[in-house]
Amino acid sequence: MTSPHAKRLSHLATYVALIFICALAVFPLIWMVSTSLKPDAQIVQPPRWIPDKFMWVNYKLAVSSQSTHFPLWTRNTLIIATLAVIGATFSSAVVAYGFARIRFPGRGFLFALMLSTMMIPFPVTMVPLFSIFVWLGEHTPFAWLGTTKPLWVPAWFGSAFSIFLLRQFFATIPEELSEAARIDGCSEWGIFWRIMLPLSGPALSVVALFTFMWAWRDFLGPLIFLQRPTQYTLSLGLQTFQSQHGNTPWNQLMAASVLVILPVLILFFIAQKTFIEGIATTGMKG
Amino acid sequence: MIFTRGETRNLFKGLAFLSPWLIGFAVFMLLPIVLSLYYSLSDYNLLQPPVFIGTENYHALIHDSVFWRSLRVTLLYALISVPMALFVTLGVAMLLNVRLRAQPIFRTLIFLPSLVPTIASAILWKWMFNQRLGLINRALEPILNWLHLPGPPWLDATNWVVPSLAIMSVWSAGNTVIIYLAGLQDVPRELYEAAELDGAGPMGRLWNVTIPMISPVIFFNLIMAIIGILQVFDTPFMMTKGGPNRASYFFTYYLYDNAFTYLKMGYASAMAWIQLLLVLLLTGIAFLSSRKWVYYQGK
Repeated sequence: MTSPHAKRLSHLATYVALIFICALAVFPLIWMVSTSLKPDAQIVQPPRWIPDKFMWVNYKLAVSSQSTHFPLWTRNTLIIATLAVIGATFSSAVVAYGFARIRFPGRGFLFALMLSTMMIPFPVTMVPLFSIFVWLGEHTPFAWLGTTKPLWVPAWFGSAFSIFLLRQFFATIPEELSEAARIDGCSEWGIFWRIMLPLSGPALSVVALFTFMWAWRDFLGPLIFLQRPTQYTLSLGLQTFQSQHGNTPWNQLMAASVLVILPVLILFFIAQKTFIEGIATTGMKG
Repeated sequence: MIFTRGETRNLFKGLAFLSPWLIGFAVFMLLPIVLSLYYSLSDYNLLQPPVFIGTENYHALIHDSVFWRSLRVTLLYALISVPMALFVTLGVAMLLNVRLRAQPIFRTLIFLPSLVPTIASAILWKWMFNQRLGLINRALEPILNWLHLPGPPWLDATNWVVPSLAIMSVWSAGNTVIIYLAGLQDVPRELYEAAELDGAGPMGRLWNVTIPMISPVIFFNLIMAIIGILQVFDTPFMMTKGGPNRASYFFTYYLYDNAFTYLKMGYASAMAWIQLLLVLLLTGIAFLSSRKWVYYQGK
């Protein structure tokens, strides 16, 4: 049996350790904000956390610099992310309903097949996808390369991870509910649309949130498929900004980075519970 | 196969609901995979149609020292970052699982970095790692001065760059911590109480209760790490351009260059297939070994 004294001591040690780890986690972020507000001269001086003078103009410079199209990149990223979120959430829910509630021959095999696609590395498909998009541009009236289509159209065909998550959720909804609706003459689509979806708010928001986060930070996709700087997403645009400027305007680079994080951070504080619970459930499939 | 009418109807209904995924799978997954296999056996530069050359790309890869080097860089990164990604995060999750009043704040703060988009953390850490002006070396200055050591060059030296990138990856591993924490919270308290009654100390409880009970979660994180690490691309591309002297030229980075810088699509596809086979091999080994160390409740 542990004595109350020993218990208090171990709690104290845990506190110390956690405060130390939290400092490691948060100091870089504070440093980022601090650097973003410093005048040029103070960056190279010995470190200080609070600048003499808050240079909000750094933000303005970063956003309006000649080589950046910050407002445009934000708009592009928002459009891609929104289209991906709507498409992935809706289509994944439809497919997940099929996997969860309709018994048909071959379902188990197809479900296993879908799960196994999560193991396919993107490099396997990215080269052929690129050549397919080139081909489509040359042989059909629909240009893909150099448009945002490759970044959000695939989402409208469901994503394996979201389908899996939603299927697990649908499976927990009592079968009696759909049975009762079926007796009342409700069609399968009606059951999905009017009974399952309204009950699945939490799971749908997890999928929407994850898709948004993924689209917001995606880099390799935009790097391959986008061609003109005016079409870039924030990730890709900032990358060109930082590689052009080398290491010089650290304060402006930090200001731009803060601006990219901000929307995600706001979203997190609005939907904190959805975030944490969503991530927690992903580990449960083991 | 002969189905009853009800079964046939269900089959059509099921396939109708599955149709978005079935079409997407055929167009965005199956077709590219088949094409990728064909390209890997071809000479293909995107401008002319692919020409079948058998296994020549694979032979060339075996004699390509840059290929082997990129594989070595990736494996070195895996050796450093996988243990950290699996066990440092577990340790942090265990601390977060102690019942303390301030836990919600600790959990939020530790999770926060994993929200940061890769481009932002790449820019931030490039600045943090700066040898002369970066926060890390300035924070280490008192210790380093006392030991009469210069500040590590981090991203600027061939033997420091991979460990630096691995350190940075732990910073944004908040997701893994949350997954572990959920696993830890599912361990029944009675097990700890029973172990305590049997005289098990903290180490005994860790080894005989915690580890077996969350071994499925460790296994899940291991599989995710295997799939993820072979695809590391963003951070070296953004932060080091593969340098210095190709010391952070990761597997996927070389693959990307082959495909989109040198337009050697066939060669890149051969690399992609080697990557796929490596993922399958490593996850296969993990699955086989899991019988020995992963414990599922109710089995």
